[in-house]
Amino acid sequence: MIDFVQKHLPILIVVLPLLAGLGALFVGRRHQPWMLALATTWTVFGLTIALLTRVLRDGTVEYAIGGWAPPWGIALRVDAVNAFILLIVAGIAAVTTVFARRSIAAEVPDYRWRFFYSAWLLCFTGLLGITITGDAFNLYVLLEISSLSTYTLIALGMGKDRRALTAAFRYLVLGTVGATFILLGIGHLYMMTGTLNMADLAVRLHDLHDNRVVLTAFAFMTVGLGLKVALFPLHMWLPNAYTYAPSVVTAFLAATATKVGAYMAYRFMFTIFGRTFTEGQFTVDIFLITFSCIAIVFASFVAIRQNHIKRLLAYSSVAQIGYIVLGMGLHNPDGLTGSIVHVFNHAITKGGLFLALGAIVYRLGDVTVGEFQGIGRRMPLTAAAIVVGGLSLVGVPLTAGFISKWYLIQGCIESGRWVVAIVVLGGSVLAVVYVWRLVELAYFTAPSQPEVEVREAPLSLLIPTWLLIGATVWFGIDATFTASTARTAAETLLGVIP
Amino acid sequence: MSPLVIALVIPAAGALLIGLAGRWPNLRETVTMVTAGTLFAVVASLAADVLGGGRPTASLVEVVPGIELALAAEPLGMIYALVAGFLWIFNSIYSFGYMRTGNEKKQTRFYICFAIAIGSALGIAFSANLFTLFVFYEVMTFSTFPLVTHKGTPAAVRAGRIYLGILLFTSTCLLLLAIIWTYVATGTVDFKAGGILAGVVTPGVAATLFVLFILGTGKCAVMPFHFWLPNAMVAPTPVSALLHAVAVVKAGVFIALKIAVFVVGVDFIAAHDLGTVLCWMAGATVIIASLVAMTRDNLKALLAYSTVGQLSYIVLAACMGSRLAIEGGAMHIAMHAFGKITLFFCAGAIYVAHHKTEISQMKGIGRTMPVTLFCFAIGSLSIIGLPPFGGAWSKWFLALGALESEHVALLVVFLVSSFLNVAYLMPIVIRAFFVAPDEGTWDKGVQEAPIACLLPIVVTSIGCVALFLFPDLVYSFASRIP
Repeated sequence: MIDFVQKHLPILIVVLPLLAGLGALFVGRRHQPWMLALATTWTVFGLTIALLTRVLRDGTVEYAIGGWAPPWGIALRVDAVNAFILLIVAGIAAVTTVFARRSIAAEVPDYRWRFFYSAWLLCFTGLLGITITGDAFNLYVLLEISSLSTYTLIALGMGKDRRALTAAFRYLVLGTVGATFILLGIGHLYMMTGTLNMADLAVRLHDLHDNRVVLTAFAFMTVGLGLKVALFPLHMWLPNAYTYAPSVVTAFLAATATKVGAYMAYRFMFTIFGRTFTEGQFTVDIFLITFSCIAIVFASFVAIRQNHIKRLLAYSSVAQIGYIVLGMGLHNPDGLTGSIVHVFNHAITKGGLFLALGAIVYRLGDVTVGEFQGIGRRMPLTAAAIVVGGLSLVGVPLTAGFISKWYLIQGCIESGRWVVAIVVLGGSVLAVVYVWRLVELAYFTAPSQPEVEVREAPLSLLIPTWLLIGATVWFGIDATFTASTARTAAETLLGVIP
Repeated sequence: MSPLVIALVIPAAGALLIGLAGRWPNLRETVTMVTAGTLFAVVASLAADVLGGGRPTASLVEVVPGIELALAAEPLGMIYALVAGFLWIFNSIYSFGYMRTGNEKKQTRFYICFAIAIGSALGIAFSANLFTLFVFYEVMTFSTFPLVTHKGTPAAVRAGRIYLGILLFTSTCLLLLAIIWTYVATGTVDFKAGGILAGVVTPGVAATLFVLFILGTGKCAVMPFHFWLPNAMVAPTPVSALLHAVAVVKAGVFIALKIAVFVVGVDFIAAHDLGTVLCWMAGATVIIASLVAMTRDNLKALLAYSTVGQLSYIVLAACMGSRLAIEGGAMHIAMHAFGKITLFFCAGAIYVAHHKTEISQMKGIGRTMPVTLFCFAIGSLSIIGLPPFGGAWSKWFLALGALESEHVALLVVFLVSSFLNVAYLMPIVIRAFFVAPDEGTWDKGVQEAPIACLLPIVVTSIGCVALFLFPDLVYSFASRIP
């Protein structure tokens, strides 16, 4: 049994949630689908830990599906980069699924629960699949699986607010445009090289790095990926989707979907395009840095003015994605380490924050400025979680956000980009403004409806929230695991480690 | 466990226990006192070790590969730690009197945050590298925020915004940038006697970094980044006394000295005049702050501006590039602390006993609060820098330093500033003792603040005298700064 798991570890990570996702429709009513989801996500979480350990110990793991040798068959290929991302996705899924039971019970009518958990697990499958696969077309297929189930998950927020439907539709349109651009990019690459295997693509593109068709593919890909990661100005789908989706879906998507988008960008930019990106005449790095700087400044300013707290944090996500893309554009080891470690740090921070908002929604029905007033006294533990998470968004020392900022600035200074360093630092000052607005609302204003009795959130919501928020503190104090793994990943991407 | 770690664990454990004892005020206050007492004992034993030539170090945790939270004791840090630790004891006694008489709310939170703030002060004092220093610097900023906004009024919330805004803006945009820049340029963040920049970067880069470091340390309150300090005066007076005259602001100037000695290097500063720009800024701050202080009628606001000016004395000491000035600056940390905490204690005592905050209301108040106002006079004279009070020594060394480094202009600054100090502090004393009160204001005889407030005032003013008579208490450390 152990041998079997060891041998087929990579594929199990995709197949288990896929089967469970279909099974969730049939296992019965009430909470059985949730239990299945819970068991699946935690099992997969365990498997991803095992996989990362193995990758860090033995180097890249390859797995040929069905025994068909690559480049003919579909290969799964796991190095430090995707093993780390897999861990993030599975870890977040495991924690948010614990939160989902009560939160979904309150926000989604019970006859839709099994559809919800089915879509939830399929979305999970898609994200894991994108991350683990070594085949470009396979990546596109899994991207569609995750996207379609994401649209469903967002639309399920309609039980509370029918604007979820338009939000989902908008994301469907933009997401499909993005996915199509990615498909066009992959198509062009296939045309030029005759292969879809990523490792093979990388080898064959090495000498084609300034070929026009390859450049066209690169352009399509850049825009498509920009849409998926929600890089400014392609972020338009994100704020509404995050605001109207069920709370736990927002937490899950904010912590994983854009992160997997960032992973795709790492993979295509560095591993596959390689020289086209780093030496190309497109100077894409300048574009990425410029747009991410605008994202950091612009989205932070917009966030300051929001009155719906979920939307506020959604814009904050747009800004934080700016940091991730920025590190990509710097393409030096420290900058890229900062980017990758921020994928992890922002996932736990934003995941925890959206879960905390979910706890407030559970008690008060919504989470606008009105509900938020005086929450510090009504729900002290939840409010404290928001403060700690907020500090991590700002990048205060002893929180995870600080670690990413440290590496990013180091990367900026090393490549002599002083203005960018100032933007990164200025971005955290702007973050202080919107985070502190929340603190003042929570602790210095009286509740808008004092007559309504509000109790602290139940433990089944508090524990997952504090697991993630506690992790932001833990990985802010002892970041040797995250930082060294991200460093290995960055060096893998930059080709320092083969 | 290393005594350095214990010195951090004690306030942290104290904060926890204070929280647990929150329902029983007497127990809570006992916990505070025990914590402060044990802490001082530990710091004093460390100090004895350092005087004997020991340089204990301790490593807490490796944060990212190559950078760790680490502690190390050295003479400069010991001065700051001793002052903060010693004054916390008496400030706590004072707080009990002040907070209880004033019936302040949320006292448990107050004492918890206070303990954390003192813990962070010790963390700063014992930092072994810039990273650790920055971490504790920010812990201090956030732990003092609830103290500044303690009253929860709109004015307090506004002051809190300015407080956080300026301190976080300067520390993230300038200080952190300087730290990471130093790390990239030198490959290390560890403090080293003689400086880590000297000989590694060009004088131009070093001068820029030095400016970033000092302005980034917003707690130095060098103009134009001083606004947070007068605003922070909305806090209850014990906070203004210990934090905004001692722990927080002295953290700023301590960092300035530490940067000059252990990061840039005093000889490097002297050789290339790296501190010129900063000398101008700090010199201007000294004069302008004193002039502004003269225009204030609110006693705490006046004292706040006086602090802004006095802090820049120490910043000047750091930037002159003279060892004598560094010794003077280090001594001024202690001398000014005793003088200024006395003045704030007095201001608070006047408020507790008579609810007066404006100087114009204090005509003849010496008749009803003779002890308080007498101590106020002692504190004032020490701040001005006259013998037989501690302030005379530090000013002496600062002046010597200005001569040694051939900054005659700075000598003039010190001189003018002393005159201005006389001009804004002495009228308060004269008005209290020698001006006839308005009809019917103080005719109830002697009415001092409660004994818990009065005792610390007396102790700290005796301290001002003691530091003059026994300057070795501080100088023995100052002279050992490498």
